[in-house]
Amino acid sequence: MERASKPKQIRLSTKPTREDLAALKIGDIVYLDGLIYTGREGVYMRVLEGKEPLPLSLPEESAANFHCSPAATVDQDGNITMGAVTATASFRFSKWIGDWLRISGAMLIIGKGGMTSHDYKEHFVPNGAIYLTTVGYGTGALLGRGIKRARDIYWRKELGLAQAMWLIGAENMGPFIVESDLEGNSLFERENAKVSANLERVYAGTKPAVLKRFGETDDRSDELIS
Amino acid sequence: MISIDAIQKTAETLMEKAAIEIPEDYLDGLKAAADVEDGDLSSFVLQAMLENYEAAKQDRRAMCGDTGCPRWYVKMGNEARIEGGPIALETVLRRATANATRNVPLRPNRVHPLWRTDHDNNVGIGAPEIEYAFEPEGDWIDLVTVHKGGLFGTDYRMLFPSDGIAGIKRFYLDSLVAFGKRGLACQPAIIGIGLGGSKDACMVLGKRAACLRTVGNRNSDPRIAEMEREFKELGNSIGMGAMGFVGKSMVIDCHIEVGYCHTGGMQMSVHAFCLSSRRAVARIHGDGRVEYRTDPNWFTDYQRRETVEWNVLPSLSKSA
Ligand code: SF4
Repeated sequence: MERASKPKQIRLSTKPTREDLAALKIGDIVYLDGLIYTGREGVYMRVLEGKEPLPLSLPEESAANFHCSPAATVDQDGNITMGAVTATASFRFSKWIGDWLRISGAMLIIGKGGMTSHDYKEHFVPNGAIYLTTVGYGTGALLGRGIKRARDIYWRKELGLAQAMWLIGAENMGPFIVESDLEGNSLFERENAKVSANLERVYAGTKPAVLKRFGETDDRSDELIS
Repeated sequence: MISIDAIQKTAETLMEKAAIEIPEDYLDGLKAAADVEDGDLSSFVLQAMLENYEAAKQDRRAMCGDTGCPRWYVKMGNEARIEGGPIALETVLRRATANATRNVPLRPNRVHPLWRTDHDNNVGIGAPEIEYAFEPEGDWIDLVTVHKGGLFGTDYRMLFPSDGIAGIKRFYLDSLVAFGKRGLACQPAIIGIGLGGSKDACMVLGKRAACLRTVGNRNSDPRIAEMEREFKELGNSIGMGAMGFVGKSMVIDCHIEVGYCHTGGMQMSVHAFCLSSRRAVARIHGDGRVEYRTDPNWFTDYQRRETVEWNVLPSLSKSA
């Protein structure tokens, strides 16, 4: 049968130039080279709410923030063993992302599931950042291969292994998909719109539940029976 | 008597196998989906996944960085005897979970729900879950570990008889679309549906339907088997593929399990066992032999029995 056309594949530095990012289109496939750091709610709360200083200089060392916690262990001598790495869902970090982009100078936010085009236009575009999504999302073993070295781990005691800030050296690490571009367009939203157009047909012959759930809308006066 | 050391050793091997080796039945199902997928991005994702499983096996590395929440299903033949009894059994399953978290390594995912305390070993209050079942014959113990991932692939709803099959279909589609947008539940998945029981039993049935039956396996009730086929088709006709991109691979297979419920209700739960459909099984026999497999063979006729007595055994049927 006819094979689907292959998306375009690009290698990108974790300290990209604006021109590098401008050349990317949503749906392109990217492989990363350079240093990447992990950071999620634990790190955001410490830095943005607790006003702790950053433990490394950003974006000089890296402009790539990965929403991830690796499957990894640290032995008594501080040696790090990295297994697989997989992103965590980014929509939960919406309330911190604007401040974080300003403070960290991050140009690449890497995670699972993307954020809204509202977040992109409001926070990403003014800071010249784009969003890369991991693939699958279970391609942890492939991504693990792209990590040449776990360089450092910050706030391990304070935040635990999963929430700590890991600094990792990437080489040809990927695949990632360009989810948002410098104009704030979202690949997921484009695809969702196409899928939604089909739903009417799929739902034909089904019927809504006889008992509704309270709280599904903001109208507190809703009757639940129909 | 089954030695407790053998149980711990086997359990540690199972933890590693589950995290690293995708079960053959799911892999074949995913390959079949990849063959018919024509959405360009969806296709790319499926190819990447197939490469990922290879990389995991070659490197002996967990297939997904989110190694899920390890849990145990234990089944015993009626004649099985465990050295040290059930307390020793539970201790070594907890030990194996903690050891494997360090050695594979797995991600220490389990934390206290309020205080977020993390022992960095996937063990804590109620973790790992250990569930039990029994079979009428045999001196063996089956250990099944499932490393279920995904915070986004489960839902429950109380339906009523008047909702009927049309209502079941509606909640099934609602769930799949909700799980599938932006691929949060990492489809294509094995979808398990629980029908009936009570709320808690319904959740248990649906989860077991997703995690403990293999791709291609059908319910022993022919009418339910037919629904499973139809629901698989229906899920794949949504127009959504991997990661929520346009495509047709949403459901690798659909399994339905039922339990008798209150006469006024029809509970329904839906569970997605993700791209990392991690399960590994071993049988340890009374004589110490260990056999590894990936099919839990959980839902036997005995597990689905409807009768008061269990009369299938020849010895018992004579006295019945
Ligand atoms: S849902 Fe499954 S495949 Fe996806 S990130 Fe979680 S464990 Fe991995």
